[in-house]
Amino acid sequence: MASIRCFLRSGKSAVSVVLRREFSKTSPAAVQVNVRDALNQAMDEELERDERVFLLGEEVAQYDGAYKVSRGLWKKYGDKRIIDTPITEMGFAGIAVGAAFAGLRPICEFMTWNFSMQAIDQVINSAAKTYYMSAGAQPVPIVFRGPNGSSAGVAAQHSQCFAAWYGHCPGLKVISPWSAEDARGLLKAAIRDNNPVVFLENELMYGVPFDLSEEVMHKDFVLPIGKAKVERQGTHITLVSHSRCVGFCLDAAAVLAKEGVECEVSVVL
Amino acid sequence: MQNMLTLISNVFRLGNASKNVGARMVASTRSFADFTPQASFDIKKCELHRLEEGPSETAVLTREQGLQYYRTMQTMRRMELKADQLYKQKIIRGFCHLYDGQEACAMGIEAGINPTDHLITAYRAHGYTFTRGVSVREILAELTGRRGGVAKGKGGSMHMYAKHFYGGNGIVGAQVPLGAGVALACQYQGNNQVCVALYGDGAANQGQIFESFNMAALWKLPCIFICENNKFGMGTSVERSSASTDYFKRGDYIPGIKVDGMDVLCVREAIKFAADYCRAGKGPIVMELETYRYHGHSMSDPGVSYRSREEIQEVRSKSDPITMLKERMLSNNMASVEEIKEIDVEIRKVIEDAAQFAISDPEPPLDELCNHIFANNPPMEVRGTNPWVKLKSVS
Repeated sequence: MASIRCFLRSGKSAVSVVLRREFSKTSPAAVQVNVRDALNQAMDEELERDERVFLLGEEVAQYDGAYKVSRGLWKKYGDKRIIDTPITEMGFAGIAVGAAFAGLRPICEFMTWNFSMQAIDQVINSAAKTYYMSAGAQPVPIVFRGPNGSSAGVAAQHSQCFAAWYGHCPGLKVISPWSAEDARGLLKAAIRDNNPVVFLENELMYGVPFDLSEEVMHKDFVLPIGKAKVERQGTHITLVSHSRCVGFCLDAAAVLAKEGVECEVSVVL
Repeated sequence: MQNMLTLISNVFRLGNASKNVGARMVASTRSFADFTPQASFDIKKCELHRLEEGPSETAVLTREQGLQYYRTMQTMRRMELKADQLYKQKIIRGFCHLYDGQEACAMGIEAGINPTDHLITAYRAHGYTFTRGVSVREILAELTGRRGGVAKGKGGSMHMYAKHFYGGNGIVGAQVPLGAGVALACQYQGNNQVCVALYGDGAANQGQIFESFNMAALWKLPCIFICENNKFGMGTSVERSSASTDYFKRGDYIPGIKVDGMDVLCVREAIKFAADYCRAGKGPIVMELETYRYHGHSMSDPGVSYRSREEIQEVRSKSDPITMLKERMLSNNMASVEEIKEIDVEIRKVIEDAAQFAISDPEPPLDELCNHIFANNPPMEVRGTNPWVKLKSVS
């Protein structure tokens, strides 16, 4: 049977080979965690581990996060490390990059990635290109994160997917996870990485629960950036996706399985 | 006798104290007891915005400092003129924005801050690259794109970096939020350091600068925002670009100081005042340095279509920063004409040697094209211009 490959470009910078990392296991579930909490715990653990890490963005502190991803962090870490910014993306993204230049490890939250367009110059020209232009003298250990892509009826200006845009820029690592395990492991890896990372979440995934094993819940659980993963084994056709659409692929696979077509669902992260 | 011993020991101390590579102190044949060790100069009062008191109106200059400032500014001047020459010979290509005329700004700022303080500027950066500690050799080799350049030939004129110096930034205005971010890091780490973030009159209308002003004032960041007003943003005069040309007042709620940027002592006193203000935790401060560039905006701009040659000549003859310093020192018997001439000869040699190196050093090898894409990464392969070409990349 001819294989029909559906490729959804996920925007990976400088990775030409998709490697199989592991098969998704149904190991004994320690706990059920949704993507929002996975991200929250990941940030909490990294803030605790390294005092150079701090979070800035609109409503991240006292409001507990526009989508509640940073709930509780301001109460725990205070004004110095969880910073509410005015609605000035270009300004605060630049400030975050400057702080990274000078030795801190900022997490810069965009309320949605649509607003990153106002700051895209700082992400690309100040963050992504600097290590190259300085021939290795100036690393930029920053994470930009926030919800990307489609949401629920928020209209065109608030629904753009930036995976392809950012994925084409050398110097940026672009991550677009689906499950809570991937979100957790990759956000921790991103914060520990000395390079600028664009972390694309999805608002509609925040509330979706996943089973996380004890191993995944360990505070040093990190996943390698740039390796893909097979979510569902199959033999007839491969579906490749990222972020929320992985769920649709799995649903489609379930439907097709009834007709005898076994789909492999690959996630490019 | 005591005086003479002090002066002789100053000679040897200057040789070690000078930050510039290749600087040597030459003992003049004239007796040192003849020179005045230091003098006090009246400097122009600064216009103030939202400040009760401003920088000092007198500046004390020691002979040592005077010679160091002269040497540094003259080196900057000759380096820029050499870059001009190399550009016209097509040995330097790409962008080249020259700083001659504005030397007092870079020298004055460096004299008023510590080496552990931070500085970031825009693309007219060669002067600051030098004052922040990079040798002329490495600067010229970077301009010619050779592997001996400070960024290994991969940055060029606008992207040179050093310790506590964050370039060299090509996008107009982007360096100002970056500078505020560096100041945030200083505050976060509690290290009592300040960040000097420079921009030009052309950049002064950028929205992101006002965003930075807002956050810096809100969070009381130790950031000194400095507008180097050289009257022209490329070919557009300040009157044609700005509804308000009082750049030191544009910070609105942030106090401002207007400084004569052609007088190195004026700049130094102002920066000292500003740095003390920031270190005291009072928040940011805005400074406007009134200065002038002799060259056009860049090497592709002759610089005379939007201003007259007479204007350039007038500034050169009446307000040149190096001449002003030299005259002050000579008329106060702080240096001799021969001594200054000797310094000039030495500097000429340093520049010549650096230029020779910049011309003869090989270019970076092609297989290093894709290096330094990521930091701390294992070696990887990068897609080339077509799917069959793979290039290697090492961190």
